[in-house]
Amino acid sequence: MNRLIVAAAFVALLAGCQTQPTTQTAAPVEDRSAAGSTTPGGASTAGAGTGSVSGSQQGATRSGTTGNPLRDPASPLSKRVVFFDFDSFAVRDEFRPLIEAHGRYLAQNRNARMTIQGNTDERGSREYNIALGQKRADAVKRMMTLLGAQDGQIETVSFGKEKPKNAGHDEASWAENRRDDIVYAGE
Amino acid sequence: MRSPIRRLLLVAALCLPLAARAQLTIEIVGGAGTAIPIAVVAFEGESGFPLGVSGIVAADLERSGLFRPVDASGVVPRPSRAEDVRVDVFRGRGADAVVVGSMQPIGEGRVDVRYALVDAVRGATLASTRYVVTPAQFRATAHKIADEIYEKLTGDVGVFSTRIAYIAKQGTRYQLIVADADGADPQTIVSTDEPLLSPRWSPDGTRLAYVSLEQRKPVVYVQNLANGARTPIAAFRGSNSSPAWSPDGRTVAVTLTRDGGSQLFLMNADGTGLRRIMTSPGADTEAWFMPDGRSLLFTSDRGGSPQIYRVGVDGGGVERLTFDGSYNVTPRALPDGKGMVFVRRDGNRFQVAIMDFATRQTQILTGGPLDESPSVAPNGKLILYANEANGRGILNAVSADGRVKQRIVAPAADVREPAWGPLPR
Repeated sequence: MNRLIVAAAFVALLAGCQTQPTTQTAAPVEDRSAAGSTTPGGASTAGAGTGSVSGSQQGATRSGTTGNPLRDPASPLSKRVVFFDFDSFAVRDEFRPLIEAHGRYLAQNRNARMTIQGNTDERGSREYNIALGQKRADAVKRMMTLLGAQDGQIETVSFGKEKPKNAGHDEASWAENRRDDIVYAGE
Repeated sequence: MRSPIRRLLLVAALCLPLAARAQLTIEIVGGAGTAIPIAVVAFEGESGFPLGVSGIVAADLERSGLFRPVDASGVVPRPSRAEDVRVDVFRGRGADAVVVGSMQPIGEGRVDVRYALVDAVRGATLASTRYVVTPAQFRATAHKIADEIYEKLTGDVGVFSTRIAYIAKQGTRYQLIVADADGADPQTIVSTDEPLLSPRWSPDGTRLAYVSLEQRKPVVYVQNLANGARTPIAAFRGSNSSPAWSPDGRTVAVTLTRDGGSQLFLMNADGTGLRRIMTSPGADTEAWFMPDGRSLLFTSDRGGSPQIYRVGVDGGGVERLTFDGSYNVTPRALPDGKGMVFVRRDGNRFQVAIMDFATRQTQILTGGPLDESPSVAPNGKLILYANEANGRGILNAVSADGRVKQRIVAPAADVREPAWGPLPR
């Protein structure tokens, strides 16, 4: 997927978070009409009696960043995927250096913001898999906050089994799909 | 027993190419042992209209699995009123019941549609009704007639006039589609390049709640079906998922992670009045209201594996309902509140099961291996669910006694996440 769209959506989300109301008030309604017709996600809606209008979406444009440690292939910060075992949200030892690098980066860069996106394989309930993916994202966030990252720097979300990296139906494919993806704001 | 029912694409569907390619075709793959043999005679005057009524009535009844069509062609003279039915002729063909009717134009674009249901065993007229409708209402009228016949002969409420919602995936495009219960007249309600899931009908059938990932995270929307307007009712920090309507339509239960972990909340249907139900030591999700609105079923891993529990709407009286197996999820209360349908995993096999609350007996209804997302018809007799065949998502239906089985496929789409709508009001 287009990372620029990811970034645009993420910035919009963060903006929304800052005005998040607390309990007993209305859920925030993100006004996406201000962004014109190029809203991320590009959903079109219709009533049941009115037929459908198909929407198109366009990517936003943005100037690239160079010399960024997050992009340096030699840096552990360029690694963004943490894999998990079946039905598990325990972080495997092999991913600790990666997670520690990101945790330290957040601790040293207080303006940096990231989303950790939890994912599962295709087996089981879609909604329970959202909860399981959330546990995977939360597990990695917990490790990063122990290393000094602030709670407000990391949003954890889950895609459940809805966004597999590998569309296959075997253990090798499933292993690729049981993962957290780390996405920084502005990327 | 395998009798495919082919449906014509409606002219309306041609205006909706995406939805049309995701139109469902329903095949009966297993029937009840005691299907009622019924003869549906072509209605008098029917051939004068592009869309007849008797064929839709017959198809509805057959699709339920509780009726077996008996050939009614070639009976001379063809009866169109109850008093014209010579029951011995139909008895001779093996029919226990006969449906006759007529369609007469009465001017100003209106049509007088009449039908009668005759008990061929006792010779009694069981139903006789007249409708004055426009041709645009023929399909709805046929479903209404089928509902009446179904109720007269089985004692249960018919669900042929209901609608269903489902998600179709074509290429990278996800659509939330609403169609008649027989798959006809599919209409795209939402179309996006990000996954959609968890469509849920409001109890009055005017709105759908659903989850979309188009904001790069799960957000719960409520959309008005009349005008397409939608509101993100839960778009909090973290994941927002698994909406469920209260029976009075005023409250929606959701799973939120805004305060850490997946926890159950209630909110008003417009997104105001958020309140947390309880504080759980595990991940809670898949809330589903019991029909009395006083308690909710839900899935939780608080005991170490995902199991189904019940909790009062005030957060009190938590009770575990499933103990057999290490994975019991997706509870859906039966309309009479006496039991639930859910998904259980046995080894690597996911199957739809039904539990009676009084006896705690569980019966497995489907064969797996990847059955998910059950949705119970408003009469409690049929359960829609999703699985895969030949690498493609399809829908299926099974009767609550496990005997009637249907396979529901779309020609050019992955279909999943079925949601059976309420009875029309």
